[in-house]
Amino acid sequence: MKVKMLSRNPDTYVRETKLDLQKVPRNYDPTLHPFEVPREYVRALNATKLERVFAKPFLASLDGHRDGVNCLAKHPKSLATVLSGACDGEVKIWNLSQRKCIRTIQAHEGFVRGICTRFCGTSFFTVGDDKTVKQWKMDGPGYGEEEEPLHTILGKTVYTGIDHHWKEPLFATCGQQVDIWDEQKTNPICSMTWGFDSISSVKFNPIETFLLGSCASDRNIVLYDMRQATPLKKVILDMRTNTICWNPMEAFIFTAANEDYNLYTFDMRALDTPVMVHMDHVSAVLDVDYSPTGKEFVSASFDKSIRIFPVARSQSREVYHTKRMQHVICVKWTSDNKYIMCGSDEMNIRLWKANASEKLGVLTSREKAAKDYNQKLKEKFQHYPHIKRISRHRHLPKSIYSQIQEQRIMKEARRRKEVNRLKHSKPGSVSIVSKKKKHIVAVVK
Amino acid sequence: METAPKLGRDVPPKKDKLQAKRKKPRERKNPESQRSLSGAQDPFPGPAPVPVDVVQKFCRIDKSKKLPRCRSKTRNRLKVAETEEEETSVTAARSELLLAEEPGFLEGEDGEDTAKILQADIVEAVDIASAAKHFDLNLRQFGPYRVNYSRTGRHLAFGGRRGHVAALDWVTKKLMCEINVMEAVRDIRFLHSEALLAVAQNRWLYIYDNQGIELHCIRRCDRVTRLEFLPFHFLLATASETGFLTYLDVSVGKIVAALNARAGRLDVMTQNPYNAVIHLGHSNGTVSLWSPAVKEPLVKILCHRGGVRAVAVDSTGTYMATSGLDHQLKIFDLRGTYQPLRARTLPQGAGHLAFSQRGLLAAGMGDVVNIWAGHGKASLPSLEQPYLTHRLSGPVHGLQFCPFEDVLGLGHSGGITSMLVPGSAEPNFDGLESNPYRSRKQRQEWEVKALLEKVPAELICLDPRALAEVDVISLEQKKKERIERLGYDPEAKTPFQPKPKQKGRSSTASLVKRKRKVMDKEHRDKVRQSLEQQQQQQEQQQQQQHKQEKAKPMRARPSALDRFVR
Repeated sequence: MKVKMLSRNPDTYVRETKLDLQKVPRNYDPTLHPFEVPREYVRALNATKLERVFAKPFLASLDGHRDGVNCLAKHPKSLATVLSGACDGEVKIWNLSQRKCIRTIQAHEGFVRGICTRFCGTSFFTVGDDKTVKQWKMDGPGYGEEEEPLHTILGKTVYTGIDHHWKEPLFATCGQQVDIWDEQKTNPICSMTWGFDSISSVKFNPIETFLLGSCASDRNIVLYDMRQATPLKKVILDMRTNTICWNPMEAFIFTAANEDYNLYTFDMRALDTPVMVHMDHVSAVLDVDYSPTGKEFVSASFDKSIRIFPVARSQSREVYHTKRMQHVICVKWTSDNKYIMCGSDEMNIRLWKANASEKLGVLTSREKAAKDYNQKLKEKFQHYPHIKRISRHRHLPKSIYSQIQEQRIMKEARRRKEVNRLKHSKPGSVSIVSKKKKHIVAVVK
Repeated sequence: METAPKLGRDVPPKKDKLQAKRKKPRERKNPESQRSLSGAQDPFPGPAPVPVDVVQKFCRIDKSKKLPRCRSKTRNRLKVAETEEEETSVTAARSELLLAEEPGFLEGEDGEDTAKILQADIVEAVDIASAAKHFDLNLRQFGPYRVNYSRTGRHLAFGGRRGHVAALDWVTKKLMCEINVMEAVRDIRFLHSEALLAVAQNRWLYIYDNQGIELHCIRRCDRVTRLEFLPFHFLLATASETGFLTYLDVSVGKIVAALNARAGRLDVMTQNPYNAVIHLGHSNGTVSLWSPAVKEPLVKILCHRGGVRAVAVDSTGTYMATSGLDHQLKIFDLRGTYQPLRARTLPQGAGHLAFSQRGLLAAGMGDVVNIWAGHGKASLPSLEQPYLTHRLSGPVHGLQFCPFEDVLGLGHSGGITSMLVPGSAEPNFDGLESNPYRSRKQRQEWEVKALLEKVPAELICLDPRALAEVDVISLEQKKKERIERLGYDPEAKTPFQPKPKQKGRSSTASLVKRKRKVMDKEHRDKVRQSLEQQQQQQEQQQQQQHKQEKAKPMRARPSALDRFVR
C-alpha cells in the first residue's frame, strides 16, 4: 500500500525568533472564506460609521484682518502662502503652516476688489475702490525700504475684478468693460464689451490661455477670445452670476455661481443647456473654486456655509459651517488638493480639510492599505440603504435646515402647478422645458 | 519687471492642441522576434497555461443569470466588471503555485481493498509525527463521550455522559482543563476560539472557560440535546427536548431567536457551513432548514421512510448526507433540486455522520466506522466501496473530522479514539482565517477582527450571496409591503371632502356644487383614458390588417403596378 499523511513541519509555520515577523501562509480558495458578501457589507458599514466619527474638517482660523475679507489669492509656487484682501483696503500675506500673517500692506483706500498673483510667483496685482491697479513685490521690503507698489495704474472708473494670464505677462481687469493690459504699458492693449452694464468678475482659462470669461450685472456670462480681441458668445441666465471658475483639467468646462442659489456647469461649446445644475445652497452663491484634480469644486454662499460638489452630480457631498462663520465671501481650494480656505464677513479666514475624515501627515504602508480598502468598500456598497443613510447624514444649523424645508415645499408647490397647467391645457400648447434649460434665457453668438 | 522666458530656438514648437491625438497601436512583442544572443528561442512561448477548473473556482459572477433591462452606462460597467473578474481569476489561479502542502492519499496495491487496511498498518507505514496523531484514550468510567475540535483543529474538547468534561491541545497532548460537572453532559462545543466551551448539561446550558471555570449558566436554554456554533455570526444554536431551536449571540449575550420547530423532540441537528442554515432531522423522515430571521422553516425535505437519525452537510454546502431508521444512507443535492443523488442500504443504521474538508463522508454504525471517498477534492463520495473502516471498543456517540489534519476524532462508550484518514483534510490553511500555529497575539488580533465583522443574524438565508444581487421586486409587491407596514393604503383615493370656507361659501348648495365639480372631473378623466385605450387598440388592429394586406399581394404573381401599392 502507498500511504502519505499530511504532515507539516512546524518550523515552516512558526517564526524562529521573537524579532522575526510572524509567518502567515495564504490560501485564497473561496471555500475557505465563506460569507464574503455579508462580511464585506459589515466592513463597509463599519468603515462608513468610522468615517463619520473621524470627520473633523476644521483646522484653523486666521485672525488679523480688521474688516471683512473680500478676496483670496493662491501663490502659484508655494503651497503655504495665501494672500487676502479686506474691505478696508488691507492686503495680508499669510503663512498657512505657521498660521501667521507674515506681511501686511495698506493697499487701497476702500475695498480691495480683486487680487491675483503672477504666474511666476514674484509679484501680485490688486485693484481697489480707488480706481487704481497696483502691482506689488511678493518678497517683503528690504531693510530701510518703504512699502511701495512696483507699479500703479490710475483708471477712470472703478475696477471690480482682476485676473492674470497663466503664461504671458498680461492681465485683465473688469469694471465697465473688460480691459487687457500688458504689464509694462499704462494703457490697456484692448477693451472688450458687449452690453451696457458693469462687469463683476473676469477669469482666464488655465488651459486654453487665450480664453476669458466674465460675468456682468445684466445676468449674462460673456466669453472672449484674446487673440481676436472680440467677445465670442454670451449666455443670459435668469439671475445674475457672481463669479465663474474654469475647470483646470477640462479646457471647455466652467462653473458659474449664481444668485438664484444654484451653480451651473457649462460646456463652452454648447451654452444652450448647462451640463449640470448644482442645487443645494439656500442663499446666493458668492464664490466658486475648482479642485486641482478637476473632479470637484467648492462653493461659498451667503447662507454662512461652504459646500463641496462633485462635477458630475447635482447634490453636494459635503457642507462645512460654524457658528462663528458668517456670510462667506470668497473660497479657494489649495493646489495640493488637501485644504480649503474661505474668507468671510467676520474678518476671519478659515482653513478646512477637503476630505473631512482624512488623516493628515505621513501614513505608514499598512495605514494606506487599510484606507484604500475602506475607500473601495464604501464605494462598492454606497447604494445600500443603511450605508447611504449614514454616509449622507450631516448636521446643519437650524437656519439652513429650516430654509431647506421651506424651499422644498415651495419647489413642490411650483412643480405641482406646472403639472396641473400641463394637464389642463390643450396638448401641445404648453411646451415641456427640461429642468436644466429652465434657467437659461438666451444664447447669443 | 520680469517677463515670461521666451522659447529658445532649439525648443520644438508646441503642437496645436485642437488637433486630435492619434495613438499608435502598441506593438506586441512578436514571439518569433524574441531571440537571445545565442539564437535560442523560448520553447514555451506565450503565458503559462492555467488549468480551467482552477480558474473556474475563483469565478463568482453567474453569467447565466439575465439582468433586468438597464441603461448603457450600467451595461458598460457590468462588462468592465466581467473582464476584470476574468483577469483576476486567472491571477488567483496562478497563485495556487505558491501553496506549499499536498494532500495525503492512501492507495492499495493491485487488487488490495483499502477498506481492509488496519489503522495499525497505517501507523507503521507513516512517519513518526503522523503516527503520534493516532491515539486511544480509555475512559470507561464516565460514560460515552461526545467530541468537538476547535475551529483551527488544534484543540479537542470531550464530554462524557456522566459529567466528565476535558479540553486539551491534542497535538502536544497538553491538558488545558479536566473537570466533572456532576450532571449528565449531552453535548459539548467550542465557541469561537479555544478559550470558551459550551456544555449542554441535563438541565441547562453552561459556558466554561478553558481552565474549567464556570462562566455562565443560561437558564433560558433548558434540556438542550444538541449544540451548533455558527462561527461568522457568533451564534450558538441549541436544539432542545421541548422542540425549540434557540439562537444565542455569544458576543452580546442575548437570545436572538427562539423558534418553535413544532415537530416534537429535537435530536438531530447540523449546520450548513456554506450558508449558516441549521438542518434539523425529525422523526417523520423530514429534514427542515431554519434561519433565525424566519419563523417558519425555509425548506422541508422528505428524506426517509422512518425517522432521520443523522444529518451532515459538506463544507461547500452542495451535498447533504442523511441516514434514517430505514437503514438507508442518502446523499441529497442542496443547491438546486434537493433530490437524492446517491443512496445505499446499510446493514445497520448510521447514527452519526460527518463530512471532511475534502468531501470524505464518515458514518458511525454501532461500533464500526465507515469512510467513503470521492475522486478529487469536494466531489460526491461514491458509496459503493468504503475507503476505510475501523472497529471500536464500544458504540460510537460522536465523530468529527479534525479541520486541518488527516484525523477523524471518535467519541464512544470506551473513551476517545483518534483515527488516521489520509487525504481527508485541506492541506493549505489561510493564516488570516484559521491558523493552527497562531501565537497568542495573533489570536487576539484575529478575535477582534472577527468580532468587528460579525455578520448580523438577519442576513442568514439560503443564498449567502443574496446581498450582492440586484433587488428586483415588482411594483405590486412593494406596494403590498407598504400597505402592510403602514396599516392602510396611502395612495388610496380618499373621497373628496370640500373644505369649509368663510363668508357664506360653505352653504349646503355650494358644498354640493364643489363635490359635483370634482366628480365630473374624475369622470371626464376616466372617459378620456378609456377613449385613448380604444384608439390605441384600433390603431394596433389597423396596423396588423395593413401588414396582412401587404403580405398577400407579395404572395401573388408580381405585376408592374406593384410599385404603386403603399
